[in-house]
Amino acid sequence: MHVLFEPGLLSSGPVRTAAALGAVVAIVSAVVGVFTVVRSQSFAGHALTDVATTGGAGATLVGVSPLAGFLGGSVIGAGAMDAIGVQRVRSRDLATGIVLGAATGLSALFLYLETTRSATTGVTQQILFGSIFTVDPSTVPVVAVLGAATLLVIAAIRRPLTLSSVSSEVASATGISVRGIGLAFMVALAVSVGLTSIAIGSILSTALLIGPAATAIRLTRTMRASVLLACALGVATTWLGILLAYDSFYWDASSQGLPVSFFIVSITFAGYLVTGIPAVRRRVELRWRRGGTVRARTSAPIAAGG
Amino acid sequence: MFSGFMANAWEVATIVAVVAGVVGFFVVLRGSAFPAHAIPNGAFAGAAGASLIGVNPLIGLGVFSLLAALGIGTLGRRGRADVATALALVFMLALGAAFLSQSTQYEPQIFSLLFGEILGVSSSEILPVLVLGIASVLAVAVLYRRLLVTAVIPDVAASRGISPHAVEMAFLVVVALATTMTVPVVGALLIFSLMIGPPAAARCLTDRPGIALAGSVAIALATIWASIAISYVSNWPVGFFVGTFSAAAYGIARGLVACRAAGNRRAAARASFSVA
Repeated sequence: MHVLFEPGLLSSGPVRTAAALGAVVAIVSAVVGVFTVVRSQSFAGHALTDVATTGGAGATLVGVSPLAGFLGGSVIGAGAMDAIGVQRVRSRDLATGIVLGAATGLSALFLYLETTRSATTGVTQQILFGSIFTVDPSTVPVVAVLGAATLLVIAAIRRPLTLSSVSSEVASATGISVRGIGLAFMVALAVSVGLTSIAIGSILSTALLIGPAATAIRLTRTMRASVLLACALGVATTWLGILLAYDSFYWDASSQGLPVSFFIVSITFAGYLVTGIPAVRRRVELRWRRGGTVRARTSAPIAAGG
Repeated sequence: MFSGFMANAWEVATIVAVVAGVVGFFVVLRGSAFPAHAIPNGAFAGAAGASLIGVNPLIGLGVFSLLAALGIGTLGRRGRADVATALALVFMLALGAAFLSQSTQYEPQIFSLLFGEILGVSSSEILPVLVLGIASVLAVAVLYRRLLVTAVIPDVAASRGISPHAVEMAFLVVVALATTMTVPVVGALLIFSLMIGPPAAARCLTDRPGIALAGSVAIALATIWASIAISYVSNWPVGFFVGTFSAAAYGIARGLVACRAAGNRRAAARASFSVA
Protein backbone atom coordinates (compact mmCIF):
# COMPACT_ATOMS: atom_id res chain seq x y z
CA MET A 1 0.00 0.00 0.00
CA HIS A 2 2.85 2.33 0.85
CA VAL A 3 4.24 1.92 -2.63
CA LEU A 4 1.24 3.59 -4.23
CA PHE A 5 0.00 5.90 -1.50
CA GLU A 6 2.90 7.87 -0.12
CA PRO A 7 2.49 9.09 3.50
CA GLY A 8 0.32 12.16 3.94
CA LEU A 9 -1.49 11.91 0.62
CA LEU A 10 -5.05 11.99 1.87
CA SER A 11 -4.44 14.44 4.71
CA SER A 12 -2.73 17.02 2.51
CA GLY A 13 -4.86 20.14 1.98
CA PRO A 14 -3.64 20.97 -1.53
CA VAL A 15 -4.15 17.34 -2.62
CA ARG A 16 -7.74 17.32 -1.36
CA THR A 17 -8.48 20.63 -3.09
CA ALA A 18 -6.86 19.32 -6.26
CA ALA A 19 -8.87 16.09 -6.13
CA ALA A 20 -12.18 17.92 -5.64
CA LEU A 21 -11.48 20.55 -8.26
CA GLY A 22 -10.08 17.96 -10.65
CA ALA A 23 -13.24 15.87 -10.43
CA VAL A 24 -15.54 18.85 -11.09
CA VAL A 25 -13.45 20.07 -13.99
CA ALA A 26 -13.07 16.58 -15.48
CA ILE A 27 -16.83 16.00 -15.50
CA VAL A 28 -17.71 19.34 -17.06
CA SER A 29 -14.95 18.92 -19.66
CA ALA A 30 -15.98 15.34 -20.49
CA VAL A 31 -19.64 16.23 -21.11
CA VAL A 32 -18.85 19.28 -23.22
CA GLY A 33 -15.98 17.36 -24.83
CA VAL A 34 -18.14 14.57 -26.28
CA PHE A 35 -20.14 17.14 -28.25
CA THR A 36 -16.97 19.04 -29.15
CA VAL A 37 -15.42 15.91 -30.65
CA VAL A 38 -18.58 14.85 -32.48
CA ARG A 39 -18.94 18.37 -33.92
CA SER A 40 -15.22 18.37 -34.94
CA GLN A 41 -14.58 21.55 -32.94
CA SER A 42 -11.44 20.39 -31.11
CA PHE A 43 -9.46 23.27 -32.59
CA ALA A 44 -11.95 25.82 -31.27
CA GLY A 45 -11.95 24.03 -27.89
CA HIS A 46 -8.18 24.32 -27.72
CA ALA A 47 -7.91 27.84 -29.19
CA LEU A 48 -10.37 29.18 -26.61
CA THR A 49 -7.87 28.32 -23.83
CA ASP A 50 -5.44 30.77 -25.42
CA VAL A 51 -8.18 33.33 -26.01
CA ALA A 52 -9.30 32.96 -22.37
CA THR A 53 -5.69 33.47 -21.27
CA THR A 54 -5.59 36.72 -23.24
CA GLY A 55 -8.68 37.82 -21.31
CA GLY A 56 -7.00 36.81 -18.06
CA ALA A 57 -3.87 38.80 -18.91
CA GLY A 58 -5.98 41.82 -19.82
CA ALA A 59 -7.95 41.54 -16.58
CA THR A 60 -4.76 41.41 -14.49
CA LEU A 61 -3.55 44.51 -16.27
CA VAL A 62 -6.63 46.62 -15.49
CA GLY A 63 -7.15 45.10 -12.05
CA VAL A 64 -10.32 43.10 -12.72
CA SER A 65 -10.71 39.58 -11.30
CA PRO A 66 -8.82 37.06 -13.49
CA LEU A 67 -11.82 34.71 -13.52
CA ALA A 68 -13.96 37.42 -15.13
CA GLY A 69 -11.13 37.99 -17.61
CA PHE A 70 -10.84 34.32 -18.54
CA LEU A 71 -14.59 33.88 -18.95
CA GLY A 72 -15.03 37.21 -20.75
CA GLY A 73 -12.16 36.54 -23.13
CA SER A 74 -13.37 33.05 -23.90
CA VAL A 75 -16.99 34.05 -24.55
CA ILE A 76 -16.01 37.05 -26.71
CA GLY A 77 -13.62 34.79 -28.64
CA ALA A 78 -16.36 32.21 -29.21
CA GLY A 79 -18.70 34.96 -30.42
CA ALA A 80 -16.05 36.20 -32.87
CA MET A 81 -15.44 32.66 -34.16
CA ASP A 82 -19.16 32.23 -34.67
CA ALA A 83 -19.41 35.55 -36.52
CA ILE A 84 -16.58 34.62 -38.92
CA GLY A 85 -18.11 31.21 -39.59
CA VAL A 86 -16.96 28.49 -37.21
CA GLN A 87 -20.26 26.66 -37.83
CA ARG A 88 -19.57 26.06 -41.51
CA VAL A 89 -17.31 23.16 -42.39
CA ARG A 90 -15.34 25.15 -44.97
CA SER A 91 -14.46 28.11 -42.78
CA ARG A 92 -14.30 26.29 -39.43
CA ASP A 93 -10.50 26.12 -39.18
CA LEU A 94 -10.05 29.57 -40.61
CA ALA A 95 -12.47 31.28 -38.20
CA THR A 96 -10.72 29.68 -35.25
CA GLY A 97 -7.29 30.53 -36.62
CA ILE A 98 -8.07 34.20 -37.25
CA VAL A 99 -9.44 34.67 -33.73
CA LEU A 100 -6.52 32.75 -32.22
CA GLY A 101 -3.98 34.85 -34.13
CA ALA A 102 -5.56 38.13 -33.05
CA ALA A 103 -5.88 36.96 -29.43
CA THR A 104 -2.25 35.87 -29.19
CA GLY A 105 -1.20 39.24 -30.60
CA LEU A 106 -3.18 40.94 -27.82
CA SER A 107 -1.61 38.52 -25.33
CA ALA A 108 1.84 39.65 -26.43
CA LEU A 109 0.83 43.25 -25.76
CA PHE A 110 -0.74 42.56 -22.36
CA LEU A 111 2.20 40.51 -21.17
CA TYR A 112 4.59 43.17 -22.42
CA LEU A 113 2.73 45.90 -20.54
CA GLU A 114 2.59 43.66 -17.48
CA THR A 115 6.34 42.91 -17.54
CA THR A 116 7.29 46.55 -18.06
CA ARG A 117 5.25 47.31 -14.99
CA SER A 118 6.30 44.54 -12.64
CA ALA A 119 9.47 43.15 -14.31
CA THR A 120 8.47 39.50 -14.00
CA THR A 121 8.08 36.83 -16.64
CA GLY A 122 6.88 34.24 -14.12
CA VAL A 123 3.35 35.21 -15.04
CA THR A 124 3.82 33.64 -18.49
CA GLN A 125 4.55 30.24 -17.10
CA GLN A 126 1.83 30.45 -14.47
CA ILE A 127 -0.79 31.31 -17.08
CA LEU A 128 0.43 28.72 -19.57
CA PHE A 129 0.82 25.75 -17.31
CA GLY A 130 -1.18 26.57 -14.20
CA SER A 131 -0.98 24.03 -11.45
CA ILE A 132 -3.75 22.10 -9.90
CA PHE A 133 -1.75 21.98 -6.63
CA THR A 134 -1.55 25.73 -6.19
CA VAL A 135 -5.28 26.38 -6.55
CA ASP A 136 -6.89 28.55 -3.90
CA PRO A 137 -9.56 26.40 -2.16
CA SER A 138 -12.07 29.27 -2.42
CA THR A 139 -12.19 28.92 -6.23
CA VAL A 140 -13.62 25.41 -6.00
CA PRO A 141 -17.23 26.51 -5.21
CA VAL A 142 -17.16 29.16 -7.97
CA VAL A 143 -15.93 26.60 -10.50
CA ALA A 144 -18.52 24.09 -9.28
CA VAL A 145 -21.43 26.55 -9.64
CA LEU A 146 -20.44 27.77 -13.11
CA GLY A 147 -19.64 24.22 -14.19
CA ALA A 148 -23.06 23.05 -13.03
CA ALA A 149 -24.68 25.91 -14.96
CA THR A 150 -22.84 24.80 -18.12
CA LEU A 151 -24.00 21.21 -17.61
CA LEU A 152 -27.60 22.41 -17.17
CA VAL A 153 -27.45 24.30 -20.46
CA ILE A 154 -26.09 21.20 -22.23
CA ALA A 155 -28.75 19.02 -20.59
CA ALA A 156 -31.50 21.43 -21.67
CA ILE A 157 -30.43 21.42 -25.34
CA ARG A 158 -29.15 17.84 -25.47
CA ARG A 159 -31.71 16.49 -27.96
CA PRO A 160 -31.50 19.20 -30.64
CA LEU A 161 -27.74 19.43 -29.99
CA THR A 162 -27.21 15.71 -30.55
CA LEU A 163 -29.34 15.70 -33.69
CA SER A 164 -27.74 18.78 -35.21
CA SER A 165 -24.26 17.47 -34.34
CA VAL A 166 -24.90 14.16 -36.10
CA SER A 167 -26.83 15.48 -39.10
CA SER A 168 -27.55 19.16 -39.59
CA GLU A 169 -29.84 18.42 -42.58
CA VAL A 170 -32.13 16.16 -40.57
CA ALA A 171 -32.09 18.61 -37.69
CA SER A 172 -33.14 21.59 -39.77
CA ALA A 173 -35.79 19.46 -41.50
CA THR A 174 -37.37 18.79 -38.10
CA GLY A 175 -37.50 22.53 -37.42
CA ILE A 176 -34.44 22.86 -35.19
CA SER A 177 -32.51 26.11 -35.49
CA VAL A 178 -29.12 24.55 -36.20
CA ARG A 179 -27.44 27.96 -36.13
CA GLY A 180 -28.97 28.90 -32.76
CA ILE A 181 -28.12 25.57 -31.18
CA GLY A 182 -24.58 25.87 -32.55
CA LEU A 183 -24.17 29.31 -31.00
CA ALA A 184 -25.58 28.11 -27.65
CA PHE A 185 -23.07 25.26 -27.70
CA MET A 186 -20.18 27.62 -28.53
CA VAL A 187 -21.07 29.74 -25.49
CA ALA A 188 -21.27 26.63 -23.25
CA LEU A 189 -17.90 25.50 -24.65
CA ALA A 190 -16.44 28.95 -24.01
CA VAL A 191 -17.61 29.03 -20.38
CA SER A 192 -16.36 25.50 -19.79
CA VAL A 193 -12.95 26.21 -21.33
CA GLY A 194 -12.58 29.58 -19.59
CA LEU A 195 -13.33 27.91 -16.28
CA THR A 196 -11.03 24.93 -16.75
CA SER A 197 -8.13 26.93 -18.16
CA ILE A 198 -8.02 29.24 -15.14
CA ALA A 199 -8.44 26.30 -12.77
CA ILE A 200 -5.95 23.81 -14.20
CA GLY A 201 -4.04 25.60 -16.99
CA SER A 202 -4.49 25.45 -20.74
CA ILE A 203 -2.71 22.12 -21.34
CA LEU A 204 -4.96 20.16 -19.00
CA SER A 205 -8.03 22.05 -20.15
CA THR A 206 -7.60 20.75 -23.71
CA ALA A 207 -6.44 17.31 -22.59
CA LEU A 208 -9.50 16.72 -20.39
CA LEU A 209 -11.87 18.22 -22.97
CA ILE A 210 -10.72 16.05 -25.89
CA GLY A 211 -8.96 12.96 -24.48
CA PRO A 212 -11.61 11.18 -22.37
CA ALA A 213 -14.35 12.14 -24.84
CA ALA A 214 -12.50 10.81 -27.90
CA THR A 215 -11.62 7.57 -26.12
CA ALA A 216 -15.20 7.10 -24.87
CA ILE A 217 -16.64 7.70 -28.35
CA ARG A 218 -14.37 4.97 -29.71
CA LEU A 219 -15.68 2.48 -27.15
CA THR A 220 -19.43 3.22 -27.10
CA ARG A 221 -22.31 3.41 -29.56
CA THR A 222 -24.74 5.94 -28.09
CA MET A 223 -24.27 9.55 -27.06
CA ARG A 224 -25.50 8.86 -23.54
CA ALA A 225 -23.02 6.01 -23.02
CA SER A 226 -20.20 8.13 -24.45
CA VAL A 227 -20.94 10.97 -22.04
CA LEU A 228 -21.09 8.65 -19.01
CA LEU A 229 -17.91 6.78 -19.94
CA ALA A 230 -16.09 10.04 -20.72
CA CYS A 231 -16.96 11.38 -17.24
CA ALA A 232 -15.69 8.22 -15.58
CA LEU A 233 -12.49 8.19 -17.64
CA GLY A 234 -11.91 11.90 -16.99
CA VAL A 235 -12.24 11.62 -13.22
CA ALA A 236 -10.20 8.41 -13.03
CA THR A 237 -7.40 9.90 -15.15
CA THR A 238 -7.30 13.10 -13.12
CA TRP A 239 -7.13 11.29 -9.78
CA LEU A 240 -4.51 8.84 -11.01
CA GLY A 241 -2.48 11.76 -12.36
CA ILE A 242 -2.65 13.61 -9.04
CA LEU A 243 -1.63 10.44 -7.20
CA LEU A 244 1.37 9.82 -9.45
CA ALA A 245 2.46 13.48 -9.35
CA TYR A 246 2.32 13.43 -5.56
CA ASP A 247 4.25 10.16 -5.46
CA SER A 248 6.85 11.43 -7.90
CA PHE A 249 8.25 13.72 -5.21
CA TYR A 250 9.37 10.57 -3.38
CA TRP A 251 10.75 8.57 -6.30
CA ASP A 252 14.17 10.06 -5.99
CA ALA A 253 15.63 11.99 -3.07
CA SER A 254 17.01 14.73 -5.29
CA SER A 255 14.03 14.93 -7.61
CA GLN A 256 11.70 17.93 -7.69
CA GLY A 257 8.80 15.74 -8.79
CA LEU A 258 7.08 15.89 -12.16
CA PRO A 259 4.11 18.15 -12.97
CA VAL A 260 0.61 16.70 -12.64
CA SER A 261 -0.22 17.81 -16.18
CA PHE A 262 2.48 15.50 -17.50
CA PHE A 263 0.89 12.44 -15.86
CA ILE A 264 -2.71 13.27 -16.71
CA VAL A 265 -1.87 14.00 -20.35
CA SER A 266 0.31 10.90 -20.72
CA ILE A 267 -2.43 8.63 -19.34
CA THR A 268 -5.04 10.29 -21.57
CA PHE A 269 -2.87 10.02 -24.68
CA ALA A 270 -2.00 6.39 -23.94
CA GLY A 271 -5.70 5.59 -23.47
CA TYR A 272 -6.54 7.14 -26.82
CA LEU A 273 -3.77 5.24 -28.61
CA VAL A 274 -4.57 1.87 -27.01
CA THR A 275 -8.29 2.08 -27.83
CA GLY A 276 -7.35 2.75 -31.45
CA ILE A 277 -5.54 -0.59 -31.77
CA PRO A 278 -8.62 -2.74 -32.63
CA ALA A 279 -9.41 -0.50 -35.61
CA VAL A 280 -5.81 -0.77 -36.83
CA ARG A 281 -5.93 -4.56 -36.45
CA ARG A 282 -9.13 -4.73 -38.49
CA ARG A 283 -7.47 -2.72 -41.23
CA VAL A 284 -4.42 -4.93 -41.30
CA GLU A 285 -6.56 -8.11 -41.40
CA LEU A 286 -8.62 -6.66 -44.22
CA ARG A 287 -5.51 -5.87 -46.23
CA TRP A 288 -4.14 -9.35 -45.48
CA ARG A 289 -7.29 -11.03 -46.78
CA ARG A 290 -7.14 -9.02 -49.99
CA GLY A 291 -3.76 -10.54 -50.71
CA GLY A 292 -1.72 -7.74 -49.25
CA THR A 293 -1.28 -5.94 -52.55
CA VAL A 294 -4.39 -3.79 -52.75
CA ARG A 295 -4.10 -0.53 -50.83
CA ALA A 296 -6.79 -0.60 -48.15
CA ARG A 297 -8.02 2.83 -49.08
CA THR A 298 -11.69 1.87 -49.12
CA SER A 299 -11.44 0.46 -45.61
CA ALA A 300 -10.63 3.89 -44.18
CA PRO A 301 -14.23 4.72 -43.16
CA ILE A 302 -14.50 1.43 -41.25
CA ALA A 303 -11.23 2.03 -39.51
CA ALA A 304 -12.12 5.63 -38.72
CA GLY A 305 -14.44 4.43 -35.99
CA GLY A 306 -12.88 6.84 -33.50
CA MET B 1 15.40 52.63 -38.26
CA PHE B 2 17.19 50.81 -41.10
CA SER B 3 20.69 50.60 -39.67
CA GLY B 4 22.56 48.29 -37.29
CA PHE B 5 20.44 45.64 -35.60
CA MET B 6 17.34 46.92 -37.36
CA ALA B 7 18.82 45.92 -40.72
CA ASN B 8 18.88 42.32 -39.51
CA ALA B 9 15.26 42.57 -38.39
CA TRP B 10 14.13 43.84 -41.81
CA GLU B 11 16.00 41.08 -43.64
CA VAL B 12 14.68 38.27 -41.43
CA ALA B 13 11.16 39.70 -41.49
CA THR B 14 11.18 39.74 -45.28
CA ILE B 15 12.30 36.10 -45.53
CA VAL B 16 9.76 35.02 -42.89
CA ALA B 17 6.91 36.88 -44.59
CA VAL B 18 7.63 35.28 -47.97
CA VAL B 19 7.72 31.78 -46.44
CA ALA B 20 4.60 32.43 -44.33
CA GLY B 21 2.77 33.79 -47.35
CA VAL B 22 3.62 30.75 -49.50
CA VAL B 23 3.17 27.99 -46.89
CA GLY B 24 0.22 29.79 -45.29
CA PHE B 25 -1.62 29.88 -48.62
CA PHE B 26 -1.79 26.09 -48.52
CA VAL B 27 -2.48 26.02 -44.78
CA VAL B 28 -5.63 28.04 -45.42
CA LEU B 29 -6.55 26.20 -48.62
CA ARG B 30 -6.16 22.75 -47.05
CA GLY B 31 -7.78 23.64 -43.72
CA SER B 32 -4.57 22.86 -41.81
CA ALA B 33 -4.74 25.78 -39.38
CA PHE B 34 -4.75 23.47 -36.37
CA PRO B 35 -1.58 21.54 -37.30
CA ALA B 36 0.04 24.88 -38.21
CA HIS B 37 -0.68 26.03 -34.67
CA ALA B 38 0.20 22.72 -33.01
CA ILE B 39 3.56 22.01 -34.70
CA PRO B 40 5.42 25.19 -33.65
CA ASN B 41 3.80 25.26 -30.21
CA GLY B 42 4.53 21.62 -29.52
CA ALA B 43 8.05 21.93 -30.90
CA PHE B 44 9.06 24.28 -28.14
CA ALA B 45 8.99 21.28 -25.80
CA GLY B 46 11.93 20.02 -27.88
CA ALA B 47 13.81 23.24 -27.22
CA ALA B 48 13.14 22.85 -23.49
CA GLY B 49 14.31 19.23 -23.55
CA ALA B 50 17.43 20.08 -25.56
CA SER B 51 18.47 22.82 -23.17
CA LEU B 52 17.92 20.41 -20.28
CA ILE B 53 20.43 17.89 -21.65
CA GLY B 54 22.77 20.58 -22.94
CA VAL B 55 22.11 20.30 -26.69
CA ASN B 56 21.53 23.25 -29.02
CA PRO B 57 17.79 24.16 -28.63
CA LEU B 58 17.50 24.53 -32.41
CA ILE B 59 18.12 20.78 -32.80
CA GLY B 60 15.45 19.99 -30.20
CA LEU B 61 13.07 22.31 -31.99
CA GLY B 62 13.74 20.67 -35.35
CA VAL B 63 13.42 17.10 -34.06
CA PHE B 64 10.20 17.81 -32.19
CA SER B 65 8.53 19.72 -34.99
CA LEU B 66 9.34 16.86 -37.36
CA LEU B 67 8.00 14.29 -34.86
CA ALA B 68 4.90 16.44 -34.37
CA ALA B 69 4.27 16.61 -38.12
CA LEU B 70 4.69 12.87 -38.63
CA GLY B 71 2.66 12.01 -35.51
CA ILE B 72 -0.23 14.28 -36.44
CA GLY B 73 -0.23 12.97 -40.00
CA THR B 74 -0.18 9.31 -38.95
CA LEU B 75 -2.76 9.55 -36.16
CA GLY B 76 -5.01 11.88 -38.14
CA ARG B 77 -5.27 9.36 -40.95
CA ARG B 78 -7.11 6.81 -38.83
CA GLY B 79 -9.07 8.77 -36.25
CA ARG B 80 -10.48 12.26 -36.36
CA ALA B 81 -7.71 14.57 -37.54
CA ASP B 82 -8.55 17.40 -35.14
CA VAL B 83 -8.66 15.07 -32.13
CA ALA B 84 -5.27 13.60 -33.07
CA THR B 85 -3.81 17.09 -33.47
CA ALA B 86 -5.18 18.28 -30.13
CA LEU B 87 -3.90 15.25 -28.23
CA ALA B 88 -0.48 15.31 -29.90
CA LEU B 89 -0.20 19.01 -29.06
CA VAL B 90 -1.10 18.66 -25.38
CA PHE B 91 1.17 15.64 -25.07
CA MET B 92 4.13 17.64 -26.33
CA LEU B 93 3.23 20.63 -24.17
CA ALA B 94 3.01 18.38 -21.11
CA LEU B 95 6.38 16.90 -22.02
CA GLY B 96 7.69 20.46 -22.22
CA ALA B 97 6.22 21.19 -18.78
CA ALA B 98 7.96 18.08 -17.42
CA PHE B 99 11.30 19.18 -18.92
CA LEU B 100 10.85 22.68 -17.51
CA SER B 101 10.07 21.33 -14.05
CA GLN B 102 13.49 19.67 -14.04
CA SER B 103 15.37 22.83 -14.96
CA THR B 104 15.28 26.21 -13.29
CA GLN B 105 16.88 28.59 -15.73
CA TYR B 106 14.73 28.27 -18.81
CA GLU B 107 11.81 30.52 -18.03
CA PRO B 108 12.75 33.77 -19.83
CA GLN B 109 13.48 31.72 -22.94
CA ILE B 110 9.90 30.48 -23.11
CA PHE B 111 8.76 34.03 -23.49
CA SER B 112 11.14 34.60 -26.39
CA LEU B 113 10.23 31.31 -28.09
CA LEU B 114 6.52 32.06 -27.90
CA PHE B 115 6.62 35.73 -28.71
CA GLY B 116 9.96 35.98 -30.50
CA GLU B 117 12.61 38.64 -30.50
CA ILE B 118 12.73 39.77 -34.07
CA LEU B 119 14.34 43.06 -33.08
CA GLY B 120 17.18 41.15 -31.42
CA VAL B 121 18.19 38.98 -34.38
CA SER B 122 21.95 38.73 -34.86
CA SER B 123 23.66 38.59 -38.27
CA SER B 124 24.70 34.96 -37.75
CA GLU B 125 21.05 33.89 -37.43
CA ILE B 126 20.08 35.15 -40.86
CA LEU B 127 21.82 32.49 -42.95
CA PRO B 128 20.11 29.41 -41.38
CA VAL B 129 16.74 31.17 -41.70
CA LEU B 130 17.44 31.91 -45.35
CA VAL B 131 18.52 28.32 -46.11
CA LEU B 132 15.51 26.70 -44.40
CA GLY B 133 13.25 29.31 -45.96
CA ILE B 134 14.46 28.55 -49.47
CA ALA B 135 14.12 24.82 -48.75
CA SER B 136 10.48 25.15 -47.70
CA VAL B 137 9.56 27.40 -50.63
CA LEU B 138 11.27 24.96 -53.04
CA ALA B 139 9.39 22.05 -51.45
CA VAL B 140 6.11 23.88 -51.97
CA ALA B 141 7.09 24.61 -55.59
CA VAL B 142 7.77 20.91 -56.23
CA LEU B 143 4.51 19.84 -54.56
CA TYR B 144 2.50 22.81 -55.88
CA ARG B 145 0.19 20.97 -58.27
CA ARG B 146 -0.38 17.99 -55.97
CA LEU B 147 -1.09 20.23 -52.96
CA LEU B 148 -3.61 22.17 -54.99
CA VAL B 149 -5.34 19.18 -56.60
CA THR B 150 -5.71 17.09 -53.43
CA ALA B 151 -7.17 20.11 -51.61
CA VAL B 152 -9.55 21.45 -54.27
CA ILE B 153 -10.58 18.44 -56.36
CA PRO B 154 -9.85 15.29 -54.31
CA ASP B 155 -11.76 13.06 -56.80
CA VAL B 156 -9.45 14.02 -59.65
CA ALA B 157 -6.45 13.49 -57.41
CA ALA B 158 -7.62 9.97 -56.58
CA SER B 159 -8.24 9.10 -60.22
CA ARG B 160 -4.72 10.25 -61.11
CA GLY B 161 -3.31 7.98 -58.42
CA ILE B 162 -2.11 10.78 -56.13
CA SER B 163 -2.16 9.56 -52.52
CA PRO B 164 -3.81 12.28 -50.43
CA HIS B 165 -2.17 10.88 -47.32
CA ALA B 166 1.36 11.07 -48.76
CA VAL B 167 0.74 14.65 -49.91
CA GLU B 168 -0.61 15.59 -46.48
CA MET B 169 2.43 14.07 -44.74
CA ALA B 170 4.78 15.93 -47.08
CA PHE B 171 2.92 19.16 -46.47
CA LEU B 172 3.06 18.78 -42.68
CA VAL B 173 6.82 18.25 -42.95
CA VAL B 174 7.06 21.49 -44.95
CA VAL B 175 5.09 23.25 -42.19
CA ALA B 176 7.53 21.77 -39.65
CA LEU B 177 10.49 22.99 -41.72
CA ALA B 178 9.05 26.48 -42.03
CA THR B 179 8.32 26.72 -38.31
CA THR B 180 11.67 25.37 -37.12
CA MET B 181 13.36 28.13 -39.00
CA THR B 182 11.03 30.88 -37.87
CA VAL B 183 10.19 30.06 -34.25
CA PRO B 184 13.57 31.08 -32.75
CA VAL B 185 13.54 34.45 -34.49
CA VAL B 186 9.91 35.51 -34.58
CA GLY B 187 8.18 33.18 -32.11
CA ALA B 188 5.52 30.52 -32.47
CA LEU B 189 2.60 32.91 -32.09
CA LEU B 190 3.70 35.47 -34.66
CA ILE B 191 4.37 32.92 -37.39
CA PHE B 192 0.92 31.42 -36.86
CA SER B 193 -0.83 34.79 -37.26
CA LEU B 194 1.18 35.46 -40.40
CA MET B 195 0.32 32.06 -41.88
CA ILE B 196 -3.44 32.55 -41.45
CA GLY B 197 -4.52 36.18 -41.82
CA PRO B 198 -2.75 37.31 -45.04
CA PRO B 199 -3.47 34.10 -47.05
CA ALA B 200 -7.10 34.11 -45.89
CA ALA B 201 -7.42 37.74 -46.99
CA ALA B 202 -5.87 36.98 -50.39
CA ARG B 203 -8.15 34.01 -50.89
CA CYS B 204 -11.22 36.16 -50.21
CA LEU B 205 -10.23 38.57 -52.95
CA THR B 206 -9.56 36.17 -55.82
CA ASP B 207 -10.42 32.65 -56.91
CA ARG B 208 -7.31 32.20 -59.03
CA PRO B 209 -4.66 30.24 -57.14
CA GLY B 210 -1.59 31.90 -58.66
CA ILE B 211 -2.85 35.41 -57.98
CA ALA B 212 -4.02 34.44 -54.48
CA LEU B 213 -0.56 33.04 -53.72
CA ALA B 214 1.14 36.25 -54.88
CA GLY B 215 -1.40 38.34 -52.96
CA SER B 216 -0.81 36.25 -49.85
CA VAL B 217 2.94 36.99 -49.97
CA ALA B 218 2.31 40.68 -50.67
CA ILE B 219 -0.12 41.08 -47.75
CA ALA B 220 2.21 39.13 -45.42
CA LEU B 221 5.09 41.44 -46.39
CA ALA B 222 2.98 44.56 -45.89
CA THR B 223 1.78 43.25 -42.51
CA ILE B 224 5.20 42.52 -41.09
CA TRP B 225 6.89 45.63 -42.50
CA ALA B 226 4.17 47.88 -41.07
CA SER B 227 4.34 46.00 -37.76
CA ILE B 228 8.10 46.46 -37.41
CA ALA B 229 7.95 50.13 -38.32
CA ILE B 230 5.16 50.89 -35.86
CA SER B 231 6.73 48.72 -33.18
CA TYR B 232 10.01 50.62 -33.62
CA VAL B 233 8.25 53.94 -33.14
CA SER B 234 5.87 52.92 -30.35
CA ASN B 235 8.05 50.37 -28.51
CA TRP B 236 5.10 47.98 -28.26
CA PRO B 237 5.80 44.33 -29.18
CA VAL B 238 5.94 43.37 -32.88
CA GLY B 239 3.76 40.32 -32.17
CA PHE B 240 0.86 42.51 -31.14
CA PHE B 241 0.90 44.43 -34.43
CA VAL B 242 1.38 41.29 -36.55
CA GLY B 243 -1.54 39.59 -34.76
CA THR B 244 -3.93 42.51 -35.10
CA PHE B 245 -2.88 43.53 -38.62
CA SER B 246 -3.20 39.93 -39.88
CA ALA B 247 -6.71 39.65 -38.50
CA ALA B 248 -7.52 43.16 -39.77
CA ALA B 249 -6.32 42.25 -43.28
CA TYR B 250 -8.80 39.37 -43.32
CA GLY B 251 -11.56 41.60 -41.92
CA ILE B 252 -10.94 44.25 -44.59
CA ALA B 253 -10.91 41.62 -47.36
CA ARG B 254 -14.22 40.20 -46.13
CA GLY B 255 -15.61 43.74 -46.00
CA LEU B 256 -14.49 44.45 -49.57
CA VAL B 257 -16.07 41.23 -50.82
CA ALA B 258 -19.33 42.07 -49.03
CA CYS B 259 -19.32 45.60 -50.54
CA ARG B 260 -18.64 44.23 -54.01
CA ALA B 261 -21.48 41.69 -53.64
CA ALA B 262 -23.85 44.43 -52.44
CA GLY B 263 -22.74 46.66 -55.32
CA ASN B 264 -23.39 43.88 -57.83
CA ARG B 265 -26.84 43.26 -56.37
CA ARG B 266 -27.66 46.97 -56.57
CA ALA B 267 -26.43 47.17 -60.16
CA ALA B 268 -28.48 44.09 -61.06
CA ALA B 269 -31.56 45.57 -59.40
CA ARG B 270 -31.06 48.86 -61.26
CA ALA B 271 -30.63 47.02 -64.55
CA SER B 272 -33.78 44.97 -64.10
CA PHE B 273 -35.65 48.12 -63.07
CA SER B 274 -34.61 50.01 -66.20
CA VAL B 275 -35.55 47.06 -68.41
CA ALA B 276 -38.96 46.95 -66.79
